[in-house]
Parts: sequence; structure tokens; C-alpha cells
Amino acid sequence: MRLDLRDLTVRRGLCPVVDGVSLAVVPGEFVGLIGPNGAGKTTLMRAALGLMPFDGLSSLAALPPAARARAAAWLPQARDIAWPVSVADLVALGRLPHGPGGDGAAAVDRALRRMGLAAFRDRRATELSGGEQARVLIARALAQEAPVLMADEPIAGLDPAAQIAAMQVFAAEAAGGRAVLAALHDLGLAARHCTRLVVLSGGRLVADGPPRAVLVPEVLGPVFGIRAHLAETAEGLVFQPVAMVGDEDG
Amino acid sequence: MTGRWLLPALGLLVAALFLVSLVTGPAGIGAAEGLAALVTGEGAAGLVMREIRLPRAILGLAVGAALGLSGAAMQGFLRNPLAEPGLIGTSSAAALGAVIAIHTGLYAAFALALPLMALAGAAVAVGLILALAGPRGRALSLILAGIAISALMGALTALALNLAPSPYAATEIVFWMMGSLADRSMQHVWLALPFLGLGAVLLAATGRGLDALTLGEDAAESLGVSLTALRLRIVFGTAALVGAATAVAGAVGFVGLVVPHLLRRAVGARPAALLPASALGGAAMLLAADIATRLVLPDRDLKLGVLTALVGAPFFLHLVRRMGREGA
Repeated sequence: MRLDLRDLTVRRGLCPVVDGVSLAVVPGEFVGLIGPNGAGKTTLMRAALGLMPFDGLSSLAALPPAARARAAAWLPQARDIAWPVSVADLVALGRLPHGPGGDGAAAVDRALRRMGLAAFRDRRATELSGGEQARVLIARALAQEAPVLMADEPIAGLDPAAQIAAMQVFAAEAAGGRAVLAALHDLGLAARHCTRLVVLSGGRLVADGPPRAVLVPEVLGPVFGIRAHLAETAEGLVFQPVAMVGDEDG
Repeated sequence: MTGRWLLPALGLLVAALFLVSLVTGPAGIGAAEGLAALVTGEGAAGLVMREIRLPRAILGLAVGAALGLSGAAMQGFLRNPLAEPGLIGTSSAAALGAVIAIHTGLYAAFALALPLMALAGAAVAVGLILALAGPRGRALSLILAGIAISALMGALTALALNLAPSPYAATEIVFWMMGSLADRSMQHVWLALPFLGLGAVLLAATGRGLDALTLGEDAAESLGVSLTALRLRIVFGTAALVGAATAVAGAVGFVGLVVPHLLRRAVGARPAALLPASALGGAAMLLAADIATRLVLPDRDLKLGVLTALVGAPFFLHLVRRMGREGA
């Protein structure tokens, strides 16, 4: 199971929000979807899942809802926990597409351990800190154990250690044979952990490739309006935005 | 009292209150004598038990369960602990239907005109809400449409009261709107039960979707839940339950709001688990309130809706205060 998008277009009125995007994410890949605010990252992923109308083809949206829910886990940006349920009950919601019984309890345990939440399982999810809630919700998506994992800004608002831990979990999920697509704003973490970066700007796919090839001045300037320092170090790729383009003139 | 003991305990409580409701009343029939007369149906006691107390007890149980169940479903669907079953306008529309039946004198000509008109009112509200909020609209559009419909129905009810043909009709309307289970017959039971059963079946199947909605509408849909189907079940199920409940008991407030609150923690806050617990809790609360109306002021015909609001509102304040202290 992989994610295949062909000429995916989403219009709001006449104006295309996502414009003819073709993209494939195959098992083993951790693809970072990057782009400035309003580039269409969330819209692209929601349309790919069939959660909103679109033109073009999406391998996931073509599935009936129940099969799609077993094929792809979706972690929205809004960290909604409506009721004070226990952490274990919340993570177990990821098992809904699989029906009762089976391997459910074990999958929940695995997901809790992966996110370092084993000690939290009986706590009320609404009483945790924002960062802890974010980790619980990631655990929910992991518990779904779907071949495709899509996440919208999953590490925003986490502390640095939790961000690195979460990125390592996503990378490990990919290495374990899943196809992972995550919208990210932290280009430094994206550069270090993703196997591939896809750049969206104004709804169009403008760059697609390994982090070294994508985070170049020709992309960073026009798309993000920044200059950055990119270096290969003993500890891997290091990326640091330095200034806004045009700052030195003003 | 949590987990697997909650439902059996609530079930026992409902059964006990049902029996107490059967043996409570102004006729002065002893408990054992009354229950025996209920079985044999002989004499004046048999008539009182079978024609007056049995329908009252059955309606207390069924209407309470309907309000508790629909309240839990509505709160789960709107992801809001302040939601109540009347929110989508069906109870005010049913009340308007009943008020029209009283206003026009139809109910004097034909006893079941009042509940039938109330059911028709609820059906009109369902049509309006689906037309206003659209079949695919999200929770917010449903709430707003419900508020608009409730306001319109409330205004029309006030108009009917304003133009009441006689002070007697006006008094009748006001008393009916306070809600009561007194003087209901088995005809009311047979009229309400099919709708209550249908509504319960529709809402009983929403548990999985409501659980998923804990994560928000987007995540729920990605988990394979059809929000359109869920929403239709909620609207039709709630309308059938609340419409039938209002048709036979009048406007009884606070049960659908307070009972889910009261039991939420005991079921671990899971919306699906709250549905059966809240149905039993609602039945217990309404049976208890209806028994109290007969014991507190036996000769003043204390109205059921007045009592549930009198007890429910301060209790609700207490819950709000506790929530505020916990910062949840």
C-alpha cells in the first residue's frame, strides 16, 4: 500500500488551493511536506484522504471509507480531545477501523511504549500538558497500524527532546515498511530526519527530492523568502535559517 | 461505583423505582394489595393499577430513558457537555404542536389529538433542520439551525398563548407546558412506544461514531465514520425520542442535560458507554421525580417539569462549580 496522487487539484471557488500535484510516497519513505503558511499542505493531505472534494486521482480516496481507514492513519493539526477519557481509551480509538477483538490491546500497548507513555495509560488525557496530549494523539495514529501514516504538523509545540523523539518514531515507522508523510515547519528537523522533502508553494509542487537537493538557495529564496546555512557535519545534516531575503538591502 | 457494576446497579435502581411508582398514589391502596390487583385486574384497585398507575410508571421509565439517551447522544455528537436534546428544536416544535391542539380545542374532541399534533410538530422540526443545516453540514450549522427553529417555535407558542380563546385555554396551555405524567392512559403508552423504540434503535448504533468524534470531526471521518450518516441518525433518533416524550409528558427539562453529566466520569467519559448508562439514569431520575410530585404536595398537582427544573438547576450549578474548580 502506497500513497499515489496524480494531478490532484482542489478549488475554493475558482481559485485552485492545490494545483495539479502529482506525488508518490512508497513504503520505507519518511517524506516531509514543507512550504510556507497557506501553501496548501493541509488541503493536499485532506484531499488525498478523501476528506474533501478534489479533481484528479488519489489512491487512498478511491478506497471505500472502512478500507481507507485501515490503509491510512491521519493525524490532524487540531489536537482535539473532547472528553476526559483515559490515555489508553484514547489511543484505543485508533483500533476502531479494525473492529473489536484481534490484536487491539497489544497494538495499543505498542503505541504507548513507542511514545514513552506507558506510565500515563490510566491518566485522563485532558489533564495532561499540551505536549503530552500531542504525544498521546501520535500514539493513537500509531495504534491504527496502517501502511500509510499522514500527519499535519505533528511536532509543533513539543519541547526539543519530544520533537526529536517524535521524528525518530516517524523515521522508524518508515524504516519498518510504512509510507510516512508529515507536514512540517521545522526545516532543521525535516532536513535531519526525513528521507525526502516535498516543497509546496501556492498550491503547486515546486521541489521534490532528498533534503540536500531541496534546501538550496534557489528554493529557499523564492518559496520561503529566507537565506539559510546548510552543512554536512559529523552528526548529519545541519540546517539553520539565517536571514530573510532582502533584509541586507533594507 | 464504576465499570461493570454501573449498568446492573442502575438497572436495579430503575426496577425498584418502577415498583415504588406503581404503589404510590392518592387512592390509598396498600403495596401488596396493589401489586396483586395489577396482576388480577379485579375490582376498583385493579382498575386504578392497570389504567392509571401502570401507564404512569411505564411512561416515567420510557420518557426518562428517552431524555437521558438523547441527551448523551447529543452531547457526544456536538462534543459539548452543555448540549441537551431540545437543542435541535424538536421539543419546542412538539410543544407548539400540542399547544395548537389545545388552542383549537381539538384535544377536547379527540383525546389523542394532542400527542399526535406534538409528533407532527417534531416531524416539521426535523424537516426544517435538515433543510436549514443541509444533509452534510457540520455540528455548528446544526446548532445554529436548532437555535433558530427553537426561537421560531417559542415565538409561535407565545402567539398561541397571546391569542388564547379563553383564560381557561391559556391556563391549560401553561400547565401542559410544565410537563406531567398524571392522568395518562395506556393509549398514550401505545402511541409513544413505537417512536421511542425507533429512536432508541437509531441512537444505540451511534456509539462507535460518537467515540471517534472524541478526536474531532476530521479524525473521526479518517477512522471510517460517515459523519453524514451519523448526523442523520442523531437528528432522526433524537427527534423520535424527544418528540414522543414531549407528546406524552410535555416539556420536561434538565434530565437530558444533567444525567449524562452525572454519569460521565463513572463510565470513563467514553461517549458510547455513556449511552446505556444515561438511558438508565434518565429513567431513574424521571421515575424518582414523578414519585416526588405525588409525595411532596399530594393535593396540589405539582408538575413534573417544575420539579425536575427545581432540582436540576441547583444541581447543575453544583456541577459547573466543581468543573470550574478542577479547571477541566
